[in-house]
Amino acid sequence: MDTANTPAVEPMPELELPRTNYLNAAYGPRSWLFTRDHKRIAILYLASVTAFFALGGFFALLIRLELLTPEGDLVGPDTYNKLFTMHGIVMVFFFLIPSIPAVLGNFLVPLMIGAKDLAFPKLNLASWYVYNLGAIFTLWSIIHGGVDTGWTFYTPFSTTYSNSYVVSAALGIFIAGFSSIMTGLNFIVTIHRLRAPGLTWFRLPLFLWSMYATSLIMVLGTPVIAITLLLVAAERVLHLGIFDPALGGDPVLYQHLFWFYSHPAVYIMILPAMGVTSELVAAFSRRAVVGYRVVAFASVAIAVLGFLVWGHHMFVAGESVYAATIFSVLSMLVAIPSAVKVFNWTATLYGGAISLETPMLYALGFIGLFTIGGLTGVMVATLGFDVHVHDTYFVVAHFHYIMVGGAIMGYMGGLHYWWPKISGRLYPVFLSRLAALLIFVGFNLTFFPQFILGYLGMPRRYWSYPPEFQVLNVLSTAGASVLGLGYLLPAAYFIWSMRYGKLSPANPWGAVGLEWDTDSPPPTHNFDVTPIVTRGPYDYGQQPALAPQEAPVG
Amino acid sequence: MASHPTALAHHFDNLEQQREASTFGMWVFLVTEIMFFGGLFTAYAVYRLRYQEAFAAASNSLLTWAGSINTAVLICSSLTMVLAVRSAQVDRRKMIVLFLCLTILLGAVFLGIKAYEYRTEWQEHHFPGAGFRFAGPDPRHAEMFFSIYFCMTGLHALHMIIGMSVLAALLLPAWRGRYNPEWHNPLECVGLYWHFVDIVWIFLLPLLYLFGAHPR
Repeated sequence: MDTANTPAVEPMPELELPRTNYLNAAYGPRSWLFTRDHKRIAILYLASVTAFFALGGFFALLIRLELLTPEGDLVGPDTYNKLFTMHGIVMVFFFLIPSIPAVLGNFLVPLMIGAKDLAFPKLNLASWYVYNLGAIFTLWSIIHGGVDTGWTFYTPFSTTYSNSYVVSAALGIFIAGFSSIMTGLNFIVTIHRLRAPGLTWFRLPLFLWSMYATSLIMVLGTPVIAITLLLVAAERVLHLGIFDPALGGDPVLYQHLFWFYSHPAVYIMILPAMGVTSELVAAFSRRAVVGYRVVAFASVAIAVLGFLVWGHHMFVAGESVYAATIFSVLSMLVAIPSAVKVFNWTATLYGGAISLETPMLYALGFIGLFTIGGLTGVMVATLGFDVHVHDTYFVVAHFHYIMVGGAIMGYMGGLHYWWPKISGRLYPVFLSRLAALLIFVGFNLTFFPQFILGYLGMPRRYWSYPPEFQVLNVLSTAGASVLGLGYLLPAAYFIWSMRYGKLSPANPWGAVGLEWDTDSPPPTHNFDVTPIVTRGPYDYGQQPALAPQEAPVG
Repeated sequence: MASHPTALAHHFDNLEQQREASTFGMWVFLVTEIMFFGGLFTAYAVYRLRYQEAFAAASNSLLTWAGSINTAVLICSSLTMVLAVRSAQVDRRKMIVLFLCLTILLGAVFLGIKAYEYRTEWQEHHFPGAGFRFAGPDPRHAEMFFSIYFCMTGLHALHMIIGMSVLAALLLPAWRGRYNPEWHNPLECVGLYWHFVDIVWIFLLPLLYLFGAHPR
């Protein structure tokens, strides 16, 4: 069973790589840099977002090292401000937002609907270049000394007082936003117009419903932050008076416009992870997701409600008490579709034939961590409680439970689930389970103490703190080291598996779905003949669980 | 359809599907544009409600006649745009080129008048910044009006320039007979974009020029 240490692969005669697939159809840098194949573009995105994940993780490492001791001894306060700013900018705009949509979504949307490609392949490739152009602007500002405004760019600090590279960072995000718009537009049109014959809306896998809801947010929200950051840059360079009170402007208007996008952006991160979780729970419980339609509509409901709650970021920013009350109630409403999903996944597990493969470990981790993140979200949506924990580590812990415990867990689960399809290879089972465990333990050790720290009153964004907070901070830093190790491990064995991993059959998990009906890795045009869909998703019937001796091992 | 197979991209089943997809994509793109301009309209609405008098005074200093002529010019350009699409539908190759040229020309007239307005405002020291002067009740918020005015009209002018460039790029294929009754989707999509830019101006005219206009 445990063949993780097998040095090389014995090629099995009955299981060879399909003669021509999208990976070996053409070779050389030109065949990648000018490709219009959605699967290759997904791989390009995978490389880019992984590089940015490493960069953002590096900033996080420095933050945690600084907070190991109460004194500010590793870096100065200005450097610390830049570290958490760049950690936020890199992780939010250059890793989390593109992660699942641009990597897994790009790869899977055409495969899952039985199409040859996305509706606009050139636009898809262009989006990758636009993303990288934005990344260059942001890297430029990092290399020249960084930004210290916080990832939120609050005015008037960002427009008037900050002496850091705000304009290039803002332009970088502005540009990268267009890649997000292009991806969303492409997905919406593809899902509407390119579905295989017989694939009705209610036969779509839930991953596609969540991709669709995510795309709606990308298309409706991203332009707003684009114009907002453009105005910040214009105000800084041309001294227009839009947000700066010295010029007659209102800085709170900036916050309204910023959060109108940036709150829904959280759902750009979490909805795709929910979609992945639905797929994983169904595949490894051998059951259709309970209440399919409700779960599908819950995705859309979250996307819609997400646009109505931005004011909950501004409870203490001089918002009227009536507005704050309404935003508070609307924010709590988001808990309803979210809870619908959690309960339906749990109901699917109940009575399912569960097999604890590596992707399923991430799915289970997601359900638990997202629940904690979501429930603390209801807590901070409560006006009185928010005044107590506002701008403390409680909020930091809350959104990391959503963004790391939720979004990245989903991303890792999805990568492990579809990696055999993407690469045509299997990865080591033992190591991958170990990594899932390390990530789960490391994550909780890092961020659970921060709930307590925040409740006790430790504010966020400070480089030093009173000595009585040290024990919890040391725990958090220790957890971050475990978490970092947990992320390095998959990076290592995924790269290893590309060359040495066992060849994967077309459907290593015995899962249901159009993407599993084609070869691993798929041919360039995905399907030899356009599939005709006659069944709903997750049609597992009375299939038995994956028997241990059949379980794919690497 | 069979006589023009080059227009069909490999991943579509037929031209009809391809046409529907790209038209739908254009509509979705226009939605993003509405949201993009929406941020500016929001800023305008908030500040106009707060600083009514300053905004009205500043609005009154704009050249309403120039804005009105420009509105007429843009509406005419929308007509010529539609006629270009129509010419493709009735297979009149040279008429497509003619109407595209007319549309570009009208766009250029619009930008010329706009440039004249900017020049006048520059001479009257209405550009925001250190040199700003305004002989009104509340010059600070009049300056804010001009900030928003230049952002909105500048962004609109940028959209015009992009539209004219795309129209220019369609001239050669149109001349070569690429567009015909079966396949003229690029014309249709650019047309949608052009009308959208036109409609943005229809909103800008009353909000910026007309609401404070009265005889000086």
